[in-house]
Amino acid sequence: MSALDVTDAPELLRDDEVPLSRRGPAATRDVVAFGFWLFLLSDIVIFATLFAGYAVLSGQTAGGPTGVQLFDRGRVLLETACLLTSSLTCGLCALSCVQRNTAATYLWGAVTFLLGASFIALEFSEFARLIAQGAGPTRSAFLSAFFSLVGTHGLHVTLGLGWLMVMMAQVTTLGFRPMIIRRLLCFSLFWHTLDIVWIGVFTIVYLGAR
Amino acid sequence: MGKLTWAAIPFDQPIQMAASVLVVVAIAAILALVTSKGWWPYVWREWITSVDHKRIGVMYVLLGLVMLVRGFIDAIMMRSQLAIAARGAQGYLPPEHYNQIFSSHGTIMIFFVAMPFVIGLMNLVLPLQLGIRDVAFPTLNSVSLWLTAAGVLLVNLSLVVGEFARTGWLAYPPLSELAYSPGVGVDYYLWALQISGVGTLLTGINFTTTILKLRAPGMGYSQMPIFCWTALASSLLIIAAFPILTATFAMLLLDRYLGFHFFTNDLSGNAMMYVNLIWAWGHPEVYILILPAFGVFSEVIATFSGKPIFGYRSMVIATMAICVLSFMVWLHHFFTMGAGADVNSFFGIMTMIIAVPTGVKVFNWLFTLYGGRIRFNVPVYWALGFMVTFVIGGMTGVLMAVPPADFVLHNSLFLVAHFHNVIIGGVLFGAFAGYTYWFPKAFGFTLDERLGKAVFWCWFIGFYLAFMPLYALGLMGATRRMQHYADAGWQPLMLVALVGAVVILAGLALTILQLVISIRTRERRRDLTGDPWDGRTLEWSTSSPPPPWNFARLPQVQGIDAYWEVKHRRKESTAASAEGQLEAIWVPKSSAIGFVTAFFAVVMGFALIWHIWWMAAAGLAGIVLGALVHAWRVEGEVEIPVETLAALESARPEPGAAT
Amino acid sequence: MDSHGDARAQGPRAESGAHGSLAKYLTGFGFAVVLTLASFWAAGTHLVWAPGVPVLLAALAIAQMGVHLVYFLNVSSAPDQTNNFLALAFGIFVVGLVVFGSMIIMANLNANMMPLEQLMQMQR
Repeated sequence: MSALDVTDAPELLRDDEVPLSRRGPAATRDVVAFGFWLFLLSDIVIFATLFAGYAVLSGQTAGGPTGVQLFDRGRVLLETACLLTSSLTCGLCALSCVQRNTAATYLWGAVTFLLGASFIALEFSEFARLIAQGAGPTRSAFLSAFFSLVGTHGLHVTLGLGWLMVMMAQVTTLGFRPMIIRRLLCFSLFWHTLDIVWIGVFTIVYLGAR
Repeated sequence: MGKLTWAAIPFDQPIQMAASVLVVVAIAAILALVTSKGWWPYVWREWITSVDHKRIGVMYVLLGLVMLVRGFIDAIMMRSQLAIAARGAQGYLPPEHYNQIFSSHGTIMIFFVAMPFVIGLMNLVLPLQLGIRDVAFPTLNSVSLWLTAAGVLLVNLSLVVGEFARTGWLAYPPLSELAYSPGVGVDYYLWALQISGVGTLLTGINFTTTILKLRAPGMGYSQMPIFCWTALASSLLIIAAFPILTATFAMLLLDRYLGFHFFTNDLSGNAMMYVNLIWAWGHPEVYILILPAFGVFSEVIATFSGKPIFGYRSMVIATMAICVLSFMVWLHHFFTMGAGADVNSFFGIMTMIIAVPTGVKVFNWLFTLYGGRIRFNVPVYWALGFMVTFVIGGMTGVLMAVPPADFVLHNSLFLVAHFHNVIIGGVLFGAFAGYTYWFPKAFGFTLDERLGKAVFWCWFIGFYLAFMPLYALGLMGATRRMQHYADAGWQPLMLVALVGAVVILAGLALTILQLVISIRTRERRRDLTGDPWDGRTLEWSTSSPPPPWNFARLPQVQGIDAYWEVKHRRKESTAASAEGQLEAIWVPKSSAIGFVTAFFAVVMGFALIWHIWWMAAAGLAGIVLGALVHAWRVEGEVEIPVETLAALESARPEPGAAT
Repeated sequence: MDSHGDARAQGPRAESGAHGSLAKYLTGFGFAVVLTLASFWAAGTHLVWAPGVPVLLAALAIAQMGVHLVYFLNVSSAPDQTNNFLALAFGIFVVGLVVFGSMIIMANLNANMMPLEQLMQMQR
């Protein structure tokens, strides 16, 4: 976001003397990226609310199972590995896109998708196992909070995977026009942010259960 | 069809049935009128699919005004009920119905009157004051508008098909949980607000991005009009607060739909958590409403005093201080819920502190007026009325900020009087001031002044008659949301309050009359120069109404009150615009995506409310498909050739020529 | 869609550095892996004084979030990043208030709440 698009600077000052804030409207790429960043911050506040709910209700097990009894740290480490690596490959995909390297974009996009899908598969099987053993979200307030916090994150990841597929289709059909590049960059911001939220999840929910 | 049956239509409830028939007939009549006159192509092309911030702003304000009538009918019903239901008399509204009325009154007034009005004004004015052509994301703007309208439609549908929530406008659990509200009322409430909440959040993002990233050349932060600063603060609050509402409502929805236990009584749910979270949103929300109103008053007072706003820097600091502080007071809405004295005291003190920057603003307005040559146009009436009324309301707020006092007054009519005092005296008066002030910019002619003053006096006098008795009643022990009361000594005050409501009704009727008559006689008050008030900021440098692209050349801004400088240096440069040739410009294309998205959102919302799962899936699919189709839209802009720009420029009189 | 008025902003000059580089991503990834493994280790080890483990976990989490923000999201204190930085700061402020504020308030409320058995008694 460093493009300094100087349009009509006041005549009295040289281009580089005009403060950034007075150089007129920013370039579309910066505008879109900033707007999307604001959206991500709002999404983080949603997660904050769910985290607050989890923090308050984590002890309210209503006589049912607790986190310590239910959580499998090995699986969580695997999920974390998938998501973190997918964050790297997503970054590589973004770089390829900016360099307009079609093959690399598809490659890294596909790897990101696979890693993300693995994450979802692991999480889905965890949820299924919990529900099967009677520790579903309707069992207690704690479990309601757990399923909604982790589930909302998983939902975001799933939607992200859908978005990634759409972006690959857009690259195929429309090529690397500025609009597509902007959207892919927004996607990568989204994907990185989900990993940041996951750091909070695995620390507070899984590692924090004691 | 899920839970939906013919029994959902209130055939057995005369008042609801009459209201439903009225609403349906009115809507059908309007649709029939538009069809018979062949206006649909025009309405579709120029309004429904418009992504022009000015059109969107007008539609928002229109939405707010229409819903003001709807919400006000609720108010009159409540006042008349209370005027007669003393000492054994049951009035004419059974409790079950009365509970829906106060719930819909609050919900509609906050979410579908105040928010649209304020957002509408910001939409209309921001790009013009910033000297740019549109907001950052024009198509998203249209989506926001129509999602808000979707929420309006759902709330009004609840009148005809089903029922509304009986929980009050914030739907506290456990009452709002399935166990105690098994009907569809709470679901109507939740889905309408979730859908419109998305629209509002997108608006917050849109405006913040616009203000921070898109200003005319030369306009740094210290050169922005105060209205833009307050709009920025309000938009930041929207981004930060609305997600809390979304998440909290989602938790309640999970409880109701999937049997979760966030707030239920059983299996360790905690209803107090809801109250805590909802007010973490709720308090910033009222600042979201009032800050733009403060901005309107800054503009109006400066313009009609003929002076720049006093203390620009302190105004900005005060605004941003209010923005930050508004997040640190929310517990004052539930002092009585049982927190300890230490926690209560902290929030009590913070609440008192937040009154300080507001006081700074009031003094700055007074000092702006002082020494100015004040022109008493209608917006100034609203501004002066606001200053008196809002200060009183603020003071009663600071009174209740003292926890022990609040223990007596919480949820009494004193509280009701306080928040109406600040919302009507602050937000509504600001909305009307802005409406009157910027009407000529939007439509090319001013509103009738005499009728405008009559509107003001009705609202002003009506407000005091309607709400001052409530302060007294609250101190006497009257609680809010009561359908009848035992103490006959309260009745005279209730009657006075009813009279006040009737006076306000007259004001509302005059508002509509003023609009109709002003349109009929508009040629007398045509605004030919674009600057009917001898304004100071950039919106007055455009024609009335401005062309879709606002400025053929982006203005070159030197300081605060950019247009004022230009007018008074008429001899030197031409206009506020840069030298040089006109270039072709690109404006965003109209799009149906906003309307389409909202349409499917209504389908989805309605289906979810009535548990018609296949229809809900279809609605969701529609939204996704619409988004995908839009994602493949390659040409999103239309070129305006230089000839068009040049022709329009030469047709306009010189800026400031008529003053 | 393409923004026609934006022609000047396109081109390689505008994009270099703004989206990070391979080196940045790999470095960030490396740090993140280390911090993740450290977290998982800290949660299970007996080498750290037990009451201090939550603090250590929090520190590691915050550090890793910082790594993501700096290396993957390119947030910095550079002049053209000021808006992003301030927005982030505001976001963190709100998140802190919502999470810690709620925790403090709810703990306070719960502590003052009548015990459940007594409450049930009152309802009979």
